[in-house]
Amino acid sequence: MKIHHFLSLFSTYFLVDGVNIEDRAGQFFSSGHTNNWAVLVCTSRFWFNYRHVANTLSVYRSVKRLGIPDSHIVLMLADDMACNHRNPKPATVFSHKNMELNVYGDDVEVDYRGYEVTVENFLRILTGRLPPSTPRSKRLLSDDRSNILIYLTGHGGNGFLKFQDSEEISNVELADAFEQMWQKRRYNELLFIIDTCQGASMYERFYSPNLMALASSQVGEDSLSHQPDLAIGVHLMDRYTFYLLEFLEDIHPASKTNMNDLFKVCPKSQCVSTPGHRTDLFLRDPGSVLITDFFGSVRKVELTMETINLTDPIEQLESAESGELQKEMHTYADQLPVSEIIHQKPKQKDWHPPDGFILGLWTLILLVFFQTYGVKHLKHIF
Amino acid sequence: MGLLSDPNRRRALISLLTRLNTPICIVCYMAGVAWFMGLAFEPFTLRTYMSENAMGSTMVEERFPAGERALATGREFSAHKKRTGGMPVEWLMKTMQAKGLEVFTQRFSRTLPFPDENKERYMVRGTNVYGILRAPRAPRTEALVLSAPCSPGDNNNQAVGLLLGLAEYFRNQIYWAKDIIFLVNEHDLIGMQAWLEGYHHTNTTGTFCHSRGGSIQAALSLELSSDIITSLDLVLEGLNGQLPNLDLANLFYAFCQKIGVLCTIQGKLQRNDWDSVSGYSHAVQTMMLMVMKQASGRPWGDHGLFLRYHIEAATIKGVNSFRQYKTDATTIGRLLEGMYRKLNNLLERLHQSYFFYLMPSLSHFVSIGYYMPAFGLLAVILLLRALDLWVQLSTPPQRTEDGVTDIEPVRGVLSLLTPLVISHLTGVALYMLPIRFQEMAVEHFPVSETEAVVLTAIAVYTAGLALPHNTHRLLSGEGTEQGWRVLKLVAVLYLAVLLGCTALINFSLGFILALTLVPVAAFVTPHVPKVLSAFILVILSPACTLLFSVFFFQELQEMPISFQDGWLLFLSVISQGILDHSLYGSLVYPLITLLVYPCWLLFWNILFWN
Repeated sequence: MKIHHFLSLFSTYFLVDGVNIEDRAGQFFSSGHTNNWAVLVCTSRFWFNYRHVANTLSVYRSVKRLGIPDSHIVLMLADDMACNHRNPKPATVFSHKNMELNVYGDDVEVDYRGYEVTVENFLRILTGRLPPSTPRSKRLLSDDRSNILIYLTGHGGNGFLKFQDSEEISNVELADAFEQMWQKRRYNELLFIIDTCQGASMYERFYSPNLMALASSQVGEDSLSHQPDLAIGVHLMDRYTFYLLEFLEDIHPASKTNMNDLFKVCPKSQCVSTPGHRTDLFLRDPGSVLITDFFGSVRKVELTMETINLTDPIEQLESAESGELQKEMHTYADQLPVSEIIHQKPKQKDWHPPDGFILGLWTLILLVFFQTYGVKHLKHIF
Repeated sequence: MGLLSDPNRRRALISLLTRLNTPICIVCYMAGVAWFMGLAFEPFTLRTYMSENAMGSTMVEERFPAGERALATGREFSAHKKRTGGMPVEWLMKTMQAKGLEVFTQRFSRTLPFPDENKERYMVRGTNVYGILRAPRAPRTEALVLSAPCSPGDNNNQAVGLLLGLAEYFRNQIYWAKDIIFLVNEHDLIGMQAWLEGYHHTNTTGTFCHSRGGSIQAALSLELSSDIITSLDLVLEGLNGQLPNLDLANLFYAFCQKIGVLCTIQGKLQRNDWDSVSGYSHAVQTMMLMVMKQASGRPWGDHGLFLRYHIEAATIKGVNSFRQYKTDATTIGRLLEGMYRKLNNLLERLHQSYFFYLMPSLSHFVSIGYYMPAFGLLAVILLLRALDLWVQLSTPPQRTEDGVTDIEPVRGVLSLLTPLVISHLTGVALYMLPIRFQEMAVEHFPVSETEAVVLTAIAVYTAGLALPHNTHRLLSGEGTEQGWRVLKLVAVLYLAVLLGCTALINFSLGFILALTLVPVAAFVTPHVPKVLSAFILVILSPACTLLFSVFFFQELQEMPISFQDGWLLFLSVISQGILDHSLYGSLVYPLITLLVYPCWLLFWNILFWN
C-alpha cells in the first residue's frame, strides 16, 4: 500500500514534470528552424568598389563568428580586392581605417568569385536549379526548416541592382525567386538585407510569407560610403554596413537581442540616408525574433533527465497578443491569404498638372471663341 | 501649300533673303564675335569636375620624402652634362640601374630640311635614355610615362633630378598596377618624336625600342629649372591643336588644391572677381592665349606629340616668379606622386571627360557644344551669301539677249576652271618652292638658309597677288557678270567647307581664319572700289592675319615688342611652321599654303575680274 502510495506520488510528480517538460518542449521549438544558411553577395567589381567587398566580408565574418559554418555559407564576391595589383597591403581587406580590422582573415572561403557572380547564378542558387555537376559548396541546400540570411551589396537604383557593370536584377525577379523558394519549401524564414542606393525599392515587390527585409536607404536616397583610408586610397565601407558590423560585434551566440534592435541600427543621423525595413510578410512578431535566429547557427541544448512523449504535435506557445489579429502559423500546405496580410495602402495616383499641350489647346479654343464672337461676351462669363 | 513649294511664298522668301542679306550677314558676324567673347564670362562656363569614376577624389596619402636628394641628383646631372657637352648617357644609365629600373637607350638622327635658327641645329643626332619600373604583380600590359627633357645649358636639371628621385621612391612601392617609364629625351621634341615612333614601331627616324611596357595610358612631362618654385603651370596644347582629356587637367587642379600649390594655366593666375571688367578681361586674355596657342598647331611642350597616339599627356612647368610663398621640391614630388597613384587606379584610357574644350581659367571650362555656335554663326554668313548668289544666277537676265544665254553656262564653267587651277598651282608653288630652291637662293643672295626659305615663301605669296592681271590674258575676253558670280559661289562654298573641316579638327585655327576670311568672302565683288578693297583684302589675307596674331600674342603675354622685333618673330614663326610640318607632321603649313591661300586668291581674282 505504501509502495502504491509512493508510486502514485512519484507518478503524479512525474506527470507534473512531464507536463512541464511538454510545455518546455513547446517553448524549445518555438522558433521553428533547425538549420541556418547565409547567402552573401557582392555584385560590383573594380578597385574603386573596394567597399562593397569589404561590406560583404564583414557580414561573412560576423556570421561565421556566430556559428554558421562555411558549408552553410554561399559567399559570392565579384572581384578580388585582396590580391588586386593596386592593394598596398596584399591579402588584406580592411573595414576600418588605419587598418584596424582585416575582414579578409585567414580562412575565407569564397564560393563564387569574379565572373561567376551573375544574375543567373544568383537566381539558380536561390531556386536550386543548378546543373547536377555543381559542387556542394556552390549550392544552397536549404530545406523547409532553414532560416536563410541573404545580404546583397553593390550599386543599385530604383527597382534594380547592378551585377558586374553589365547586367541587372530587378525587384520583380527577386520577389519571384523568393516565391519559388516558398513553393519548393526551401526556407522557413528569410531575412533579406540590402545595402545599395535606393535599396528599399528591392523589397517592395515581395509577396511570399515569412520574409523580413532591411535596406540601407529609401527610394530616391543614395547610400553613402563611410570613411576613406588614405594609404589604400579608396573608401573602405558603406555607412550602413559599418554600423551593422559594429552592432553585430556585440552579439555573441547566447545573446537575446531581437530584430527591433536591428531595425534601429544606423539612424538617419549616422547614415544620412533613412534605413527601411519591411515586416508585414513576417508572421512572427519581430520583437520575438532573435538576431541569432538568422545570423548565427545556435544549437539550443537543454539537458533533461526525463523522457518526453512527443506523440502530439507541439502546441506553439502563444505570447499574450492583444488579440486584434490572430496570425496563424502557416505551414506549406496552407494557402497564404496575401491580401489579408499585406496591408497596403492604395497607391495614390499622383496628380499631374495638365499638360502644356492641353492647356495650350484650351487657350487656343478660348481665343478663337472670343475672336469670333467678340470680347464683349467676356463679361457674360465674369 | 507648304512654305517652300508655294511659288508666292517662295518668291517672298527669296526676295526677303536678297533684300536683307547684308544686314543678316552683319548681324551674324557680330553675334558670332560676341558669342565668342562671351565664352570667357564666368556664368557661361562650367566648373571643372572629375568625370572618371576610377580616379575618384584626391584620396591618397602622399609620402614622398626626398626632395632635397632629388635636387642634389639634379646638380650631379648638370655637372655631368657640362662635362660630356650633351646628354650624359652612361651616368644616366648607371643611376637608373642603381635605382632598380630596367634601362634602355635609343639612338636617333635627323636632318632638318634647313637649319633651325631658334635652336641652332641642322643635323641632329642624339640618344634617349629610358628606364622601366615594372609593376610588381601586374602583367606588362599598360604603362605610364614620366619624362623630363635634357636641355642644353642650365635648364631642366632639377626636372631630371626630381624624375630620378621619384623613380627611386616609386620603386619601393608595391601598389603599382602599370609599368612606369621614366624617359629623359634629348633635343626635346625631336627626341620625343623619335622615342614615340620607336616605341610604337611606326616609321622611324631612330632605332626601334628594344623593350616596351605595354600601351601607354597617360604621360606627364616635367620642366623645372630652379630649386625654388612658386607656381606650377599646366600646358595642354599639343600638335595640330589637339588637347588631352579634360580629366587630366582636372586631376592636376584637384591635387594643386589639396596640396596647396599655386597653379596656373597660360601663366596666368586665377581671379575671383569675374563680374568686374578687369576680371573678365583677365579671363578673356587667358582664353585668347589658349586659342592662339591651339591655332598655331605646334606642340607647346614635350607632351604634345603623345596626343596623336591617343595618349593623354600634359606638361607641368615649374615657375619661379619671386613670390613670397615658395614650394620646395618635396611638395612637387608629392603632387606628382598623388597624380600617379590616381592614374594608377585607371582601368581604361581617360575617355569620360571632354576632348574639345577651352579654358578661361584652370577651374572653368567651355566645351565644344558651347563654343561651336560661335563658328557656326560665321559659317552661316557664307551660306547666306551662297544662297544669294544662287538666286541671282537662277533669275533670268533682264536683257533680251537670248542668244547669248545658251553659251553663258559653258563659258561660265571654263572661265571658272582657270582661276581655280591657277590659284591652286600657286598654292602648290608656295608649299614646295621655298625648300626646294633654298640652295639656289643662298647662291644668289647673301642670306642664310632659313632666311632664304622664309623670304622665298613671302616672295611667292606676293607674286600670287599679281596673278589676276595675267589670268585674264588666257581667256578669250573679259569676264562676264555670270562668270564672276559662278566663281564666287564656288569660292564661297569651298571656303565654307574648308573652314568647317578646319574648325572640327582645330577650332581655334578655323575660327581665326573665319574671322578674317568670311568678311572677305562676303563683301568682295568686282564692283567695290578697287584700291580700298585691295588694301582690305591684303590686310585680311592669311599672312597678315599671322602677322597681327604674332603681335597680339605678344601683347597677351604682356611682353609687347616693337615692329622690328615683331617682323623678325613673324619670319621665325613661318620657318618654325615649315619645320614643324616636316619634322612632326603639323598640318597648319600645308593647310594654309595648299588650301586657304588658293581660296583667298580666288577672291582676289574676283576683285579684279574686270
